[in-house]
Amino acid sequence: MNAFRRLAALLACTLALSACGEPQARANDVRLGIALEPPNLDPTSGAAAATDEIVYANVFEGLTRVGAHGEVLPALAERWDVSPDRLTYTFHLHPGAHFHDGTTFDASDVKYSLDRARAADSTNAQKGLFEPIASVDVVDPLTVKVTLSRPAGDFLFNMGWGDAVIVAPESAATNAVKPIGTGPFRFSRWLRGTQIELVRNPDYWGPPARLDAATFVVISDPAAAYAALLAGDIDSFPNFPAVELLPQIEGDPRFAIVIGTTEGETILAINNARKPFDDLRVRQAIAHAIDRKALILGASEGYGVPIGSHFPPHDPAYVDLTGTYPYDIAAGRRLLAEAGFPDGFKATMKLPPVAYARRGGEILAQQLKVIGIDVSIENVEWAQWLDQVFANGDFDLTIVSHTEPRDIAIYARDDYYFRYAKPAFKALMAELDLAGDDAVRRPVLQAAQRMLAEDAVNGFLFQLPKVGVWNARLMGQWANAPVQANDLTGVYWQEP
Amino acid sequence: MKRSSASLAIGLAFTALILAAAGLSLVWTPYDAELILVEQRLMPPSAAHWFGTDQMGRDVLSMILGGARNSIAVALVAAGIGLGAGVPLGLFAAAQGGIVDEIVMRSNDLIFAFPALLLAILITAIAGPGAINAIVAIGIFNIPVFARLARGGALALWPRDFVRAARVAGKGRLRISLEHILPNIASVLIVQGTIQFSLGVLAEAGLSYVGLGAQPPAPSWGRMLAESQTYFALAPWLALAPGLAIVTTVLGLNMLGDGLRDLLDPRIRRERAI
Amino acid sequence: MVRFLAGRALALVITLLAATLVVFLVLNVVPGDPAAYMMGLGGDPAALAELRRELGLDLPVWQRYFAWAGGLAMGDFGVSYTYRVPVGDLILERMRVTLPLTLMAMALSTALAIPLALFAAGRRGRAADAAVSGLAQVGLAIPNFWLAILLVFVFSTTLKLFSAGGFPGWEAGVWPALKALVLPAVALALPQAAVLTRVARGALIETMGEDYIRTARAKGLSERRALRDHALRNAMIPVLTILGLQFTFLLAGGIIIENVFYLPGLGRLVFQAIAQRDLVVVQGVVIVLVFAAVLVTLAVDAAYALADPRVGKGRR
Repeated sequence: MNAFRRLAALLACTLALSACGEPQARANDVRLGIALEPPNLDPTSGAAAATDEIVYANVFEGLTRVGAHGEVLPALAERWDVSPDRLTYTFHLHPGAHFHDGTTFDASDVKYSLDRARAADSTNAQKGLFEPIASVDVVDPLTVKVTLSRPAGDFLFNMGWGDAVIVAPESAATNAVKPIGTGPFRFSRWLRGTQIELVRNPDYWGPPARLDAATFVVISDPAAAYAALLAGDIDSFPNFPAVELLPQIEGDPRFAIVIGTTEGETILAINNARKPFDDLRVRQAIAHAIDRKALILGASEGYGVPIGSHFPPHDPAYVDLTGTYPYDIAAGRRLLAEAGFPDGFKATMKLPPVAYARRGGEILAQQLKVIGIDVSIENVEWAQWLDQVFANGDFDLTIVSHTEPRDIAIYARDDYYFRYAKPAFKALMAELDLAGDDAVRRPVLQAAQRMLAEDAVNGFLFQLPKVGVWNARLMGQWANAPVQANDLTGVYWQEP
Repeated sequence: MKRSSASLAIGLAFTALILAAAGLSLVWTPYDAELILVEQRLMPPSAAHWFGTDQMGRDVLSMILGGARNSIAVALVAAGIGLGAGVPLGLFAAAQGGIVDEIVMRSNDLIFAFPALLLAILITAIAGPGAINAIVAIGIFNIPVFARLARGGALALWPRDFVRAARVAGKGRLRISLEHILPNIASVLIVQGTIQFSLGVLAEAGLSYVGLGAQPPAPSWGRMLAESQTYFALAPWLALAPGLAIVTTVLGLNMLGDGLRDLLDPRIRRERAI
Repeated sequence: MVRFLAGRALALVITLLAATLVVFLVLNVVPGDPAAYMMGLGGDPAALAELRRELGLDLPVWQRYFAWAGGLAMGDFGVSYTYRVPVGDLILERMRVTLPLTLMAMALSTALAIPLALFAAGRRGRAADAAVSGLAQVGLAIPNFWLAILLVFVFSTTLKLFSAGGFPGWEAGVWPALKALVLPAVALALPQAAVLTRVARGALIETMGEDYIRTARAKGLSERRALRDHALRNAMIPVLTILGLQFTFLLAGGIIIENVFYLPGLGRLVFQAIAQRDLVVVQGVVIVLVFAAVLVTLAVDAAYALADPRVGKGRR
């Protein structure tokens, strides 16, 4: 019986201790909640957005960087010259920059990083970004000349992606587990399954970070995230996973709720190569059947801006095309009948394991049923989705959010999973690559948006929102997510 | 004896209630259990919606009724797989003895050694989620349970006089197994069947909870729990209703099993496996 | 006895070998490609092919099996595809959460079940006994993940006594770490306690009917002392058997609970690894769990053999 008594005592202690709470003095650090743990910390290998969300702009930097509003800013390159034919970019590098292991940053690191990313044996997931590069030449330790084989409209923006950060040859092989960059924060340690810790880099070449340290804590369960926020365990959720619980936080002066935008166009992707979806009238019918308002309420708690094409509403070149095929059941039925399906048809919808897709799928299946399309839902894991839908185009319908920035050009790819690649659209994209100036690019981008909307390539649903919830005294976080990143360089605590 | 009859009565009542709910859902539910009306989401229990509505505006009572059908179908068929494959295996092993017995029993041990839930998750990862695959995943783990039980019962019976008499009369091992052994272990099998049925309901709920059971729009208790979890503070009825439905079903079946055991054969002392 | 154990140990090795083969074959028919998962939505086909080569995924199945099983024999579990660290280290790291959680749940369930069983056995047939049995019935019927949801609602969302999930790590101190394991352990322990109570009560009542206890009772030993000092000792074997089974069940069965509470344990590691098709990790974890299960069975058998020398001689 003695053992039982001891155990009871132990339990009582635990209970008592928990009641004491822990109101401690706040150090100059921040604890951020993230939903997904990255598989590794090397942004130049896998495609995990979770990796960029931790290391981009904090640990690793590129030649350029993408700012809070999607603009291209100088980073390791303090300025650049572009030749008139837009084939030669001369980058002037920032002097005095060092990697976290003490090695000096110079032009040879730039050449190494770019050559590594575009090499034949490269495992860079965004190898396509580097495809236009013909050669990289070191002019002097602080000058690099990049020559392109053809003009690339987004080249400077692309050099600001997480996949294009500059790494050192000495540490490139071990960045996955021990990232060494040039950024304002150094990697400190990684408790797998729990948290990743960064500390300020005292030798940073630019304006130093204002925080001493930052910890990214992995919490994906919505209920746990909510509780951790209320308990003060977490200072900020840049992407709060429990949107349904926002009504309970609203009005609490301790927290700031910031609804921003992302680059995530959420679409009902349609297999344009497969019958009967190759018929424009069928796709138009689907577009007419979609009630975006009900969908956004059910799939995203009402947050998210409706879209009518594959383009983010916060971009200056955006056109509102949500009225192209308005919610109109009669029109949908009529178009289906015209296409030869007066009694509708059967189709399947493969849904990846994210809330917007799973919930949105149930709602869309019902909306499509109203016009006669009998949709059966098949829930799949990401691995299966990537294999069946994305790699092999084996699907009728699916729901997914395309979070890559400036990605309208995917519609020009021949074997991209929704199989559109209309020659007229490809011509528009080619035109875009030749245009350097925003004034020239804008009408082209708008024509492209219209073409996608009118062809009803996919069901365009809504722009994925970025719902940030953080301590009201924490300043300087991004409201929007033009790239998948949590740039902490400007974050600080306001004095109470 | 008094308690066992009480157990039997309560078990019968609960089981009948759930079976009736499942049967009723075939012909009638208050609302269409799959009908989404987003504007009517998260309504608390009322006269119109006894158990309220969920985050999609569906009627929770209708979903509970429909979920009963799914739950019972999966668990029943999975128990059937166990009986159908396990009992012949066990009888065969007992009748043959020697190396055959050894192989059958060691294979059973191998299945037992595998973490059941993990393997079920793997099976659904291979075959994709869905009610059918959940049945297979649960059914596979029912096979060794019945095989062991049948073999144990049969081994105890083979040396008995009436079996020896049958052998002397020239009956083959197969015929003896079917005509003499099986009827004598039937009651044990029925009791174990009830228990595996109830475990199947729990297992199905667990698989559905992690998203590997019946797929939407078909209602399932486990998935209802998973989806409603984050709404608990806003709409507690969403998590209470399916949970109580699972508890009622499992409790009913367990008590039925206990009651049956005492009724059919008071000598059986087999405790349930986990 | 020695021969019996040697025979069982041989069976253990054969089971493990068969398990490696089964696990490997099962996992290699799983659709989905770990390299494709890592490359994601915008993945470049050439980069994907290169990654597959780097991970050795382009080799024939049998070659990969022998490489893996050979390493396993030397205690090398291989290197995780996604994490890029040795699988053995990952498993050890996660064991630091799963093992304490399992032991805590077992301690809790024993601490609840044995006194309840003694209490019920001492009053068998009376109202108190019926109440305990009823309670155990209800305990058996509650799915542990539902219990977890209710516990979180009551103790963390409403009373704010515990956090709803996550694990601070042992580095944060023993108390905060143990505190994070309390609710999950309770959720795991209650249904197990119900099983244990039923088994222990049954075993106690059975031993109370044995001749030597009747003799002792006739000599004036009180029922309570007879239960506690004699029956309990003899009821220990079925109780230990169930505890052994529960240990392996909890080790693997924490998958759902670890996901509810977001604990970085073995269950979540393997769940995540399945989703990411990090097959090396899945294989490693399954083998560890199978090993644990077989070892526990061996230990239980040995305990039986020690308690009853006849067991070792005959067949099971």
